[in-house]
Amino acid sequence: MAEENRATPGHALKPEEVLALVPQQPPFRFIDEIIELDSEHIVAQYVFREESDFYRGHFPGRPITPGVILIETMAQAGVVAFGIYLYALEFSAEEVESMLTVFTDASVDFSGQVLPGDRVTTTGRLKFFRRKKLKAEVEMRLDDGTVVCSGELSGMGVPR
Amino acid sequence: MDQSEIMGTVVKILTPWVKNEDALQSVSMETSILDDLKVNSARLVDVVIAFEDEFDIEIEDEDVDSVNSVGDAVQLISGKLG
Repeated sequence: MAEENRATPGHALKPEEVLALVPQQPPFRFIDEIIELDSEHIVAQYVFREESDFYRGHFPGRPITPGVILIETMAQAGVVAFGIYLYALEFSAEEVESMLTVFTDASVDFSGQVLPGDRVTTTGRLKFFRRKKLKAEVEMRLDDGTVVCSGELSGMGVPR
Repeated sequence: MDQSEIMGTVVKILTPWVKNEDALQSVSMETSILDDLKVNSARLVDVVIAFEDEFDIEIEDEDVDSVNSVGDAVQLISGKLG
């Protein structure tokens, strides 16, 4: 059955299958789990490890997760993982695996801080997916509901 | 809507993504969207969706491949508007 699905375009991947196809790996992987996923939205979570190297410099004695890492975290969920899911709905597993999603544009507002050990939940909602370009409305929240950043991110599938 | 009106609207839609302001000052039907105006190719989908919304038309993905210049876009939209 699994082999059959691999060759069948239009297959809806499970969250764990999408996660396995996300190319970013530690120390640059910022998704632990995909908790909701369909053709309109994705919800993913990540806990920022206190031992992450970037906290040593950002900032010494007062570690705060850099904004660029928060954007990357939202992009890995809302563009890369979501894009893999949407791409797999139209193309075969081989084609999905031969594609890499590159970041194309972003517009993001920051409204809070993420500290070492915080868990964040990113929600991405589809704006459009055309010609292998995905644009998603994204929002990141802390466990207490605080929105720490939000905006629009886009990426495009290119051959690996 | 005549072609000059369509062109005016096309240029207005393209403007936020134009990186070469000088080319925008002398824009014509022959002006290349990517090569002259330096619009990022990844923005073409955004541009096409803006055309669809503004002119209330549908543009097939295959049609987009033939759009290189401002004039190509004007012709395409003009054809869709009938």
